[in-house]
Amino acid sequence: MRARLSHWFNKRGWSDLIIGLPYVWLALLFLLPFLIVLAMSLATRTPTAPPFGYGGENPILNFNGYARLFTDDLYIRAFLTSLGNAAVATILCLLIGFPMALGLTRVSKGWRNILLMLVILPFWTSFLLRVYAWMGMMGRNSWFNQLLTDGWNWLTPEGWAVTSLPLMHSNFAVVLVMVYTYLPFMILPLYASLERLDPALDEAAMDLGTRPFGVFRDVTLPQSIPGIVAGGLLVFIPAAGELVIPTLVGDAASPMIGRVISDEFSSARDWPMASSVAVALLVIMVIPTMLYSRYQARADGAGGQP
Amino acid sequence: MKRRPWFLFSVLCFGFAFFYVPILSMIVYSFNESRLATVWGGFSTKWYVSLLSNRQVGAALLLSVQIALISATIATILGTMAGIALARFTRFRGRVLFTGMVTAPLVMPEVITGISSLMLFILMADWIGWPGQRGFTTITLAHITFSMVFVTTVVQARMIQSDRAIEEAAMDLGSRPWQVMWDITLPTIFPAILSGWLLAFTISLDDVVITSFTTGPGNTTLPLLIWSKVKLGVTPDINALATLTVLVVGLGVVIAGVILNRAERRRILDERLAYRSND
Repeated sequence: MRARLSHWFNKRGWSDLIIGLPYVWLALLFLLPFLIVLAMSLATRTPTAPPFGYGGENPILNFNGYARLFTDDLYIRAFLTSLGNAAVATILCLLIGFPMALGLTRVSKGWRNILLMLVILPFWTSFLLRVYAWMGMMGRNSWFNQLLTDGWNWLTPEGWAVTSLPLMHSNFAVVLVMVYTYLPFMILPLYASLERLDPALDEAAMDLGTRPFGVFRDVTLPQSIPGIVAGGLLVFIPAAGELVIPTLVGDAASPMIGRVISDEFSSARDWPMASSVAVALLVIMVIPTMLYSRYQARADGAGGQP
Repeated sequence: MKRRPWFLFSVLCFGFAFFYVPILSMIVYSFNESRLATVWGGFSTKWYVSLLSNRQVGAALLLSVQIALISATIATILGTMAGIALARFTRFRGRVLFTGMVTAPLVMPEVITGISSLMLFILMADWIGWPGQRGFTTITLAHITFSMVFVTTVVQARMIQSDRAIEEAAMDLGSRPWQVMWDITLPTIFPAILSGWLLAFTISLDDVVITSFTTGPGNTTLPLLIWSKVKLGVTPDINALATLTVLVVGLGVVIAGVILNRAERRRILDERLAYRSND
């Protein structure tokens, strides 16, 4: 008996265990909750606890939640605000992150390790505290706000003078803090793809008489597209579903979608509606992710660089 | 001809100023005498005193560390198994679903992970009477689930790079599969497992959104405590707390960097010696 058991264990049981344990865990604690959200988005809201009804006197499939997504102004605006803020933050991250990553490849090796460590260091400090640091900077009495106010008063005509700028609780603040917290996500993949480029190509282009900007446009940029796409998705996807940043520094009058989901769920106790919004957000996010994996599969299939 | 890229260097300077000026500002204002957190009113260390004598903060920190230690350890075990499975067992039933379940949590917005876990726990309490009360256990379960996939990513990447021939040689020489795993695979990927654990630990220690949905009465982790204070505005004792965090993390990263650097140098030296003795 023992021999047969150990034979089974060596033959099959071993690999079954390695696969099975994480499989069952994820099925129970990730897939099942996800299926609950899907089912919940088609349920009807009732004043019971938990606050939903399914079947019985309620319609079995209730598409009201999804219909409201297209008719209710609140949801359309929230989606547009989220996608807009995330897109602007992604573009700004790219505009700052690309020259930074390129600069990192041009400094000496000793400096490079120190600077890379300085890029990663904020990662290890609390996300919440990094958002909080900007709350201190943007407040009406802070030195940063006063500095910007002085600049504003100096640049604009006298009639426009203000005592402080309303930086906090605006989309500007949300985008600024998003860029601040997500910039490392853009720099690191860009650096990884730029570091692998062969400097001989640059020199060859230079020798053939290309101007520095031409070298950048025709040689460096096309080769760094995988890094740009990876960095862009790493910034855009979490930014679009962000909850902490808009809650702390955002404009409560035009909430982002993460805030809407959380409010529908907790304050309004409308589980079906919260689930419908969540499913819609996932659909919107799945599209860029799928495009990316198709793009990557094609790049891998082409088998360019080793 | 070598031109100095002045533009790139000035953007680098701007970028690092952007990264560190808010943090420095926070550190400076943690020594502010004034109650108004953004107006300078003289030097003082009173916020550190009030922070260190605050029992709530100590209890919250302890809870956070306990949850992070347990969840990171279990997440590392499960995540490593999943990583090995995906890298080595190329064909098994349900592999597509498995790959999906390992990738999806990486891109899932935290709000959705949070409310879906909470719905699961509430419905389970309704159906089977467990968990009767949300708190330590439910937070830990949720943390394990969303941090294990990060471990999987790290381990899987390392497994794909590692040389499979050694494992096959051991098999040919008669090792049992579990012996191969224990004696060869695990030692080879050990650095990846370690960095996976560290990643899971920090993710758990840092999480606000998922914790806020899966917690119950009386279970306040440190990020939840900060979150509830910060929602009301800027307070000076949070500046002090942030300064201490930056100090601890900075020291940790520098020490880890020095140790890794030394290990790397030793490895290179050993390799050179090994080559020389071969000659």
